[in-house]
Amino acid sequence: MESIIERINQNKFWHFHGGIHPPEQKKITSDKPIRQLPLPKQLILPLQQHIGRQGDLLVEVGDKVLKGQALTQSLNPMAVPVHAPTSGTISVIKKSVIAHPSGMSELCLFIDVDGEDTWRTREICQDFTQLSRQQIINKIANAGIAGMGGAGFPTHIKVNTKSEINFLIINAAECEPYITADDLLMREHSTAIIDGIKILDQLLNPAFILIGIEDNKPQAIKALQQATSSLEKVKVCVLPTKYPSGGEKQLIKLLTGKEVASGTLPITSGIVVQNVATCFAISDAVINDTPLIRRVITLTGQALAKPQNVWALLGTPVSYLLEQSGFTHEGDSQLNNTKQVQPPIIMGGPMMGFSILNEQVPVVKTSNCILAPSNVEMPSAFDHNSNEVECIRCGQCADVCPSELLPQELQWSAKAKDHQQLTKLNLFDCIDCGACAYVCPSQIPLVQYYRIAKAEIRQQQQLDLKAEKAKERFEARKLRLEREKIAREEKHKKAAAARKAAMNKKTPESGAAKSAVAAALARVKAKKAAKSEVKESSVISNEAESNSTVAQVDSEVTDEKSQVKAAIARAKAKRLAKNKGNESLVSNSEEKSTEKELQVANSEEHTQANSADDKKAKIAAAVAKAKEKAKAKKAQATKLITASDEQSNSTDAKADEKKARIAAAVAKAKAKAKAKAKAAEKAQAQTTATTTENNSEEIK
Amino acid sequence: MINILIAIVVLGIIAALFGALLGYASVRYHVDGDPIVEQLDALLPQTQCGQCGYPGCKPYAEAVANGEAINKCAPGGEDTIKKIADLLGVDVQPLDENHEQDSSLGNGPKVAFIIEEDCIGCTKCIQACPVDAILGAAKQMHTIIVDECTGCDLCVAPCPVDCIEMRPIPETIQNWQWDLNNIAVKQLD
Repeated sequence: MESIIERINQNKFWHFHGGIHPPEQKKITSDKPIRQLPLPKQLILPLQQHIGRQGDLLVEVGDKVLKGQALTQSLNPMAVPVHAPTSGTISVIKKSVIAHPSGMSELCLFIDVDGEDTWRTREICQDFTQLSRQQIINKIANAGIAGMGGAGFPTHIKVNTKSEINFLIINAAECEPYITADDLLMREHSTAIIDGIKILDQLLNPAFILIGIEDNKPQAIKALQQATSSLEKVKVCVLPTKYPSGGEKQLIKLLTGKEVASGTLPITSGIVVQNVATCFAISDAVINDTPLIRRVITLTGQALAKPQNVWALLGTPVSYLLEQSGFTHEGDSQLNNTKQVQPPIIMGGPMMGFSILNEQVPVVKTSNCILAPSNVEMPSAFDHNSNEVECIRCGQCADVCPSELLPQELQWSAKAKDHQQLTKLNLFDCIDCGACAYVCPSQIPLVQYYRIAKAEIRQQQQLDLKAEKAKERFEARKLRLEREKIAREEKHKKAAAARKAAMNKKTPESGAAKSAVAAALARVKAKKAAKSEVKESSVISNEAESNSTVAQVDSEVTDEKSQVKAAIARAKAKRLAKNKGNESLVSNSEEKSTEKELQVANSEEHTQANSADDKKAKIAAAVAKAKEKAKAKKAQATKLITASDEQSNSTDAKADEKKARIAAAVAKAKAKAKAKAKAAEKAQAQTTATTTENNSEEIK
Repeated sequence: MINILIAIVVLGIIAALFGALLGYASVRYHVDGDPIVEQLDALLPQTQCGQCGYPGCKPYAEAVANGEAINKCAPGGEDTIKKIADLLGVDVQPLDENHEQDSSLGNGPKVAFIIEEDCIGCTKCIQACPVDAILGAAKQMHTIIVDECTGCDLCVAPCPVDCIEMRPIPETIQNWQWDLNNIAVKQLD
């Protein structure tokens, strides 16, 4: 480590492989101070402005918000809140186009600016050295600071590390052409930046703090050197200008000679890299209690009349910024006669930026440049036809690749979608710098192929993960079903065994259970028999009724067989009715009395059956009765309960008897529920009012 | 004569030695299961959809290892067939017509969606789901756990009120694929 510092003190630095020297074009904006813009009318704030997750909304449509008020929050550590950049009213919360190359929509908050710019109450911190480590980290997290260099990694995670830090590297290289935002910020706010660095020093306690800055920013270097002259630890390292020296791994290589292993973070080598604009945001957040609500953004390109750096509130639409810097639709006037082409607007630098399709796209935490090139300046941006030709294998791309990859090989594998080979060729070490595409004589947009391939591989990895999860869930489900099946069988077995054991025991209960089973069996048999008997007897009675209207007269001419059958049928039906009646009345706890009554009824009927002369008529009557009961079932069903309730109180034996009989009949009818429909039809045909009356008289 | 005997004895001893060694090795380094099945299973998309006629991806992998046709996996499509053919060293076959996927909704990934106001809570779809991705109880409204749904389609048929439909997964920033033809990202010359 000492040798590293010695080298740095002698202004000797290491080199990274490759790199290019594109035209800088920084002069366009570097000589003008950062301008404060008047407040725009409306701000569009995407809920997610960085890597990670979006927070939950804290406000609703119509809410008045104050400048600096948090609009989202989340318990997820990877989420940082979004704040209101100025005071106003939330007008809409809806999906809107965001700053993403896809031009897709995400949930955005629309704030109607009231123009008053009223702050929420702030607590200015006089001396941040008094704050505890956790307090500072909380302040940074609550201020919604995410890395402002490009990727937007939440800063509070990056600085909340316990491991020993050798080097804190402040990235002030700003190597991409056109962009001067950091340059201007360093010139105008060097003390605030140094305050931010001091706060980081307090948090991370690194052995050395290195500020890496390219030699094309002499004023900024001067400002930083002045501001850090009193600090032993901080070294301003002036690097030769080369793209992409501002890449994290490239800067580490340049300053320390260390290479960060593929697939690891610099923290594993004891190095933390922070962007210079992030340092400014940290000092603003910790000292002034100002959340990240604005940033310096470079508005440049020849299509602008007044290219400049401005303080843009987050959420400012690009169209407003272009309007403020005198954007002329040069592309329109030149191409009008051929076809209407939207002039290209590039968000980010010319090397790593992306063209935006909609000028309503808002500025977010990671936007550092809006580039509106003219046709002369960047003709390829206007040409929507690709000039790509075949690779001639010149190998220039491999010469300039700062990650020492093989761009040519990668290109072929990417075109062939050979993901395995791409991974083998370390595609994920590609930093998307675009140097290979810049030097390619065949004008192959190499980076785009890599970007596509990376997205595809990530997608594939997610699918694989999902498939793995689905497999696990499927296996788990199979196991569960198996387990449940076994458990069910076990349960059934146990229940059967318990039943058997209970049956075999000679207890009154088991006897009752046994007899209940026997009774049930008998009942089923009886039911079957009764059904067939009823059918037969109904046929007979049909005949009987059709033969004569007065059945009693033909009493002597009876078929002995049918009589016997009818008697059996009736007896069975009665038994059935009795059982049913018992069952239905058990619940009313009037078993005994009902049984008695039923017995009375039965005996009465028996005697009647024995003594009656008019047997044929009786058969008919029995059948008719059964059918009448079936018919009356519905009407009586409701009466059953009240009837049985009344029974216990009633003193009138005959009434009781009747009621019991009705109950029995209803129960019987219920048992015949299946045959009900047919029986009811027949009963309707057969049972006239007169016969019913006769029957009831006879039974009585 | 004695030389021949010595040779036979020596060779016999060597043979017995190696035989014992091999016998021990076969017991000591015994490989459980059929690794080819595992490899095949890893190639299959794990939607557990049963469209191949087997009750899941693993059973189909086992069947393929035992000589079943390799072109029955509809969700996997041509890619999977190609991979299986590579693994088994057989010819690539076109996807079996009987197992071709309904492409009315496009070939993109899909998830099931329960129209919740129509759901009667019959639990039939829950029983059909091979990955337990449906949440609900009897007479309670059901819903799909979107992250777990494999888009296998098996819950659609059992629904008595037809309240389940397959919907394509919407494209978001997270799963967006760069498209050179749509976005002209240009470099500085």
